Amino acid sequence: MTIEAIQEELIDEFSMFEDWMQRYEYMIDLGKSLPLIDENLKTEDKLIKGCQSKVWLNSEMKDGQIIFTADSDAIITKGIIAVLVRVFSNQKPQDILDANTDFIDEIGLKEHLSPTRANGLVSMIKQMKMYALAYQTQLKN
Amino acid sequence: MPFNIQKIRNDFPILSRKVNGYPLVYLDNAATSQKPKQVIDSIVDYYSNYNANIHRGVHTLSQEATDAYEASRKKIQTHFNAKEAFEIIFTAGTTHGINLVANGFSGILKKDDEIIVSAMEHHSNIVPWQMLCEKTGAILKVIPMNEEGVLIFSEYEKLLSEKTKLVFVNHISNALGTINPIEKIIKKAHEVGAVVLIDGAQSCSHIKPDLQKLDVDFYVTSAHKMCGPTGVGILYMKEEWGNKLPPYQGGGEMIAEVTFEKTTYATLPHKFEAGTPNICGGIAFGAAIDYLNSIGFEAIEKHENELLKYASEKLLEIEGLKIYGTGPDKTSVVSFNIEGIHPYDIGTIVDKLGIAVRTGHHCAQPIMDFYKIPGTVRASFAFYNTLEEVDALVNAVKKAKMMLS
Repeated sequence: MTIEAIQEELIDEFSMFEDWMQRYEYMIDLGKSLPLIDENLKTEDKLIKGCQSKVWLNSEMKDGQIIFTADSDAIITKGIIAVLVRVFSNQKPQDILDANTDFIDEIGLKEHLSPTRANGLVSMIKQMKMYALAYQTQLKN
Repeated sequence: MPFNIQKIRNDFPILSRKVNGYPLVYLDNAATSQKPKQVIDSIVDYYSNYNANIHRGVHTLSQEATDAYEASRKKIQTHFNAKEAFEIIFTAGTTHGINLVANGFSGILKKDDEIIVSAMEHHSNIVPWQMLCEKTGAILKVIPMNEEGVLIFSEYEKLLSEKTKLVFVNHISNALGTINPIEKIIKKAHEVGAVVLIDGAQSCSHIKPDLQKLDVDFYVTSAHKMCGPTGVGILYMKEEWGNKLPPYQGGGEMIAEVTFEKTTYATLPHKFEAGTPNICGGIAFGAAIDYLNSIGFEAIEKHENELLKYASEKLLEIEGLKIYGTGPDKTSVVSFNIEGIHPYDIGTIVDKLGIAVRTGHHCAQPIMDFYKIPGTVRASFAFYNTLEEVDALVNAVKKAKMMLS
């Protein structure tokens, strides 16, 4: 599935919710369903520096696609990263770099985009794009 | 004046707004307090009617602004019962005041001198002293606290010796609400000849310290936690220290005479007030003090204690909820966690319900390390909060718990 198609799917899913509470409950469920990552991957260098909750992001390259795995100690944050993993994992580096992130606004998580927001949604996207850039550079060389 | 909560709430325009469709319940008063219209009006009045630079112009506006600014200093002196008005130095806030003192001692401290701080300090009362120790070779010692979040006084007594030069303790812990026994702390420090600075950032909205009675050497606080504006605060220093410490910043206003060979410094307080100060802020700080005194600190304390007691009882009814900071002397701060739930998640959900609390380490990481937690949810109450708002908090926390577990 392309990044755009997954984003459309998410917009569809989130449009079913009538209020913030249902949306958050869904986020929390997504957070709970995020596959656990190996404890030894939760190292300092995989940590995305956010102010309040910890987010570990791991990446590997397989058949030209980046596989992201992640975890967080806060469940709402984990839900947010689950959304991002669904969108960006199993994608080609160039596609990740080219992707826009307007869907976040459309699924009602815009409030998390503010740079002062402590969960660091912005930092998560930035970090994913950084990995994509690094793998893309590797592929070219 | 009888304590009329509705009348008081009407003084605060912000309290009538809605957040996320719910009436705002503002419980982040330990971070900053809201402002009554009396303070807001004083700011508008200053800029509308007599904005001018102070202490130098001969024209009428400058005189009026100078008079208002100095009247505010006098008001603050009276409020805190300082001996002289010039012992009150206007600063940009608590952190500025602490740095000013730390800087002043960099030329006085010697290698192996000792500085004592407490285990429950805010980062702004740890970092400047660490920097001072790096610069001078002095050693930082820490008064430990117990599980209840209370300083262990006997350990403090053991740390004191003739090597102790400075003791820095907060009056009230921002993360736990514990009120420290500063009178005893100051007395003990003075017995070994040490100097004491008390960080009053968290205390002055709840209690009215008597600086002469405390016999403290330095006391710092910020206006914005006392219903005043941000960007202004005071450093009280005993006259003898005002004369001993060197100026912190050079510039206009702090000089007596300047030639290219030598500059002589102005007398107190101007020696420490280089440049054009926050004139409007200083004046509005005075208005905030008038406002708090019009309600009265006894009434404030009584109401806040009631909120604290009610909130603690109601929150503890929630299963798995633990309160940090359970000493006998505390102000209206409830720092808590629910077992198995990250404080950040609780904060996010209750915000959606219009309730403003703080989550995180509250700039006091050593306390969080002590309890081995990433942070807490902190609800901090002011005199304008109500029992109904406590109920709203408790219901929101219950809802958050339901959603998150």
